[in-house]
Amino acid sequence: MNEHTVGRSLEPLLTSHEIVIFCGSGGVGKTTTAAAAGLEAVVRLGGRVLVLTIDPAKRLADALGLEGIGNVERRVSDEVLRAAGIEGRGELYAAMLDTKASWDDLVLRHAPDEETAYRILENRMYATVTGRFVQSHDYIAMERLFELHSSGKYDLIIVDTPPTRNAIDFLEAPARMAEFFGGRLLRWLTMPYRVGGRRGARLVNFASRPFYQLADRVLGQQFLQDIAEFFLNFQSMYDGFVERAKSVEQLLHERRTSFVVVTTLEDAPLREATFFCDALSERRFHLGALVLNRMLPDSLGNEANRDAAAKILDEADSIASDLADTGSPEFTDSSRTARVLRAAAQTFRDYSVVAARESELRRELDHMPDIVATVPALEDDVHDLAGLRRIGTELFSNS
Amino acid sequence: MHPTPRGVEAGRLDLLDRRLLFFTGKGGVGKSTVAAATALLATARGKRVLLVEVDAKGNLTDFFEHSHVGFDPVEVQPGLHLMQMRTDASLREYLRIHVRVPVLGGVGPFANVLEFVANAAPGVKEILTVGKVCWEVRESIEGRAPWDLVVVDAVASGHVIAQLDSPRAIHELVQVGRIREQTERMSELLASPEITALNIVTSAEEMPISETIDLVARARSELDVPLGVVVVNRLLPEPFTRADEPVVAALRTAPAAELLEARVGPGAEAVLDAAALAASLRRSRVPHLTRLRATVDLPMVNLPYLFARDHGLRAIHLLADALGAELDS
Repeated sequence: MNEHTVGRSLEPLLTSHEIVIFCGSGGVGKTTTAAAAGLEAVVRLGGRVLVLTIDPAKRLADALGLEGIGNVERRVSDEVLRAAGIEGRGELYAAMLDTKASWDDLVLRHAPDEETAYRILENRMYATVTGRFVQSHDYIAMERLFELHSSGKYDLIIVDTPPTRNAIDFLEAPARMAEFFGGRLLRWLTMPYRVGGRRGARLVNFASRPFYQLADRVLGQQFLQDIAEFFLNFQSMYDGFVERAKSVEQLLHERRTSFVVVTTLEDAPLREATFFCDALSERRFHLGALVLNRMLPDSLGNEANRDAAAKILDEADSIASDLADTGSPEFTDSSRTARVLRAAAQTFRDYSVVAARESELRRELDHMPDIVATVPALEDDVHDLAGLRRIGTELFSNS
Repeated sequence: MHPTPRGVEAGRLDLLDRRLLFFTGKGGVGKSTVAAATALLATARGKRVLLVEVDAKGNLTDFFEHSHVGFDPVEVQPGLHLMQMRTDASLREYLRIHVRVPVLGGVGPFANVLEFVANAAPGVKEILTVGKVCWEVRESIEGRAPWDLVVVDAVASGHVIAQLDSPRAIHELVQVGRIREQTERMSELLASPEITALNIVTSAEEMPISETIDLVARARSELDVPLGVVVVNRLLPEPFTRADEPVVAALRTAPAAELLEARVGPGAEAVLDAAALAASLRRSRVPHLTRLRATVDLPMVNLPYLFARDHGLRAIHLLADALGAELDS
């Protein structure tokens, strides 16, 4: 094991930052790790900690008292914490992301007047744009983070990022959103309609430009007009929107914001984690830590243990008959005892192959951040506060 | 909405006789590997297969240990072509074929605007992806493309509804014009149980199973695409039976523990610890599998956890064999 990959505590990172964003590929335990870090911060560091989560497992959401809540953050009650044997120094809050509600808020905030806001909200393009299609998800998570942070109510905000097709999509979402609204495309699409103004948008000189001729052939004139009306209204929010997107991006770059990449030691997630670490550095975000989740125990790689497994496989029958001689009732059926011994030794061997692959991958992590925290494989899915504490303890330990 | 009658949904046996198989699932469950294994199995059974990687991570290129695969299909194994979806290339192809507008790279602002549409306008990426896939299937049915089967490593379960629903969404938005006819034909093809099946890959853990259950319900109410099979991937073996458990417990306590250590050395305890961890890992998954089987009435295909190799061509071969055995059973 090299010196860079020894388990290090997340404590200094969580102490010194206001926003910590957990990211990584799907299925690596990102949501649980983020929740565990939040709970541990409450217990050990105190203050007001908010965990902004996207889609927690139902049992975990239940454990945090999140079931059925929408976009509003909610305090995890002291009773819930005490019932789990947790005496927190601080206050734990949790919130889930509701994309549609966040979009609606955004429109109401940035539209020049109420009438325009409702025209946007009622446009049939709007539902499609915000609900059905996926890219808006990435942006809205960052937007919501900004809003929660500027409320000034929290000492620490921990963010579980949405599952993205590509881990860096959400980093680029604010810039892309600004680009989209300020972009040439929208100007082109809406140009023929501007003459009539927002209300009386109508077609002017439509056929004169090749772009519109092409678009008309493919999409049909009515659709173009729908788009144009929608975006004309939407563009009225342009200034506020772009400014906001820039602020969001700036917040992500500030010193008080840090990123934690979560991965398991499997080929595909690790490759994505490495790619993500590089992408963060390239874009000058602060890469705070790497969390290696679900690590198999070191004992699987131990020489003496492997010898023992080999011997058990070789000598299972004779060991079983020795055990039968002890007279214990469990060992009277020697063939069962031998089978159990072989199964145990074979299982050890199977898992040690996986462990060997893990430690090989772990050795390749030289260029990773200073803090690499490790969490062992637990025998069950974590679904309660006690389970979160087990993970939290590992995240805060120097091993 | 016309929910597909149960009996018409894809049975497991005829899965490979369809023309278009989508594989989705929660991130991390191994859907790309399962899609690749399905493609490989179909190839082994004499079909010419096009495997489409949608999210351009390059995982499949890597699995097949092939240096570079782009939008144009490359034969990575005999009979198996692989392509990576690229929406800008798909748009260019569309414009070239259907609008007869040749769009070459860097042809001034026009090309830029089109690329921008593909990247920024909502829904465009989805329709360009599904459109290209449907085009390949349509072409092969009509004898102009060589594929017997198109296998799509689709987007993850959180996004797949938006993707597969995009023809209808666009169809609703566009009242007239060429796109309207084309999206209608795409929807027909996607809805045909003889042609298409949406398959869900999961692992026996809480979140993937919950997503699978949700997705089945949502697909039935929101999508007009027939469901195929649920693939339970990475099933851990069961090392001990219930009846074995007292034996395992006794082995870990005196006097048996001392006897064992005397026979095989100090590592005995760690061996039993590992076996116990494995047994409880396996046991923790049982309730999730029970919930899946109680809630979802689709055919289930079980694939084992591969200890020896977790990715690459060897892993795909092992999984293709296991998949073949399951489909024949």
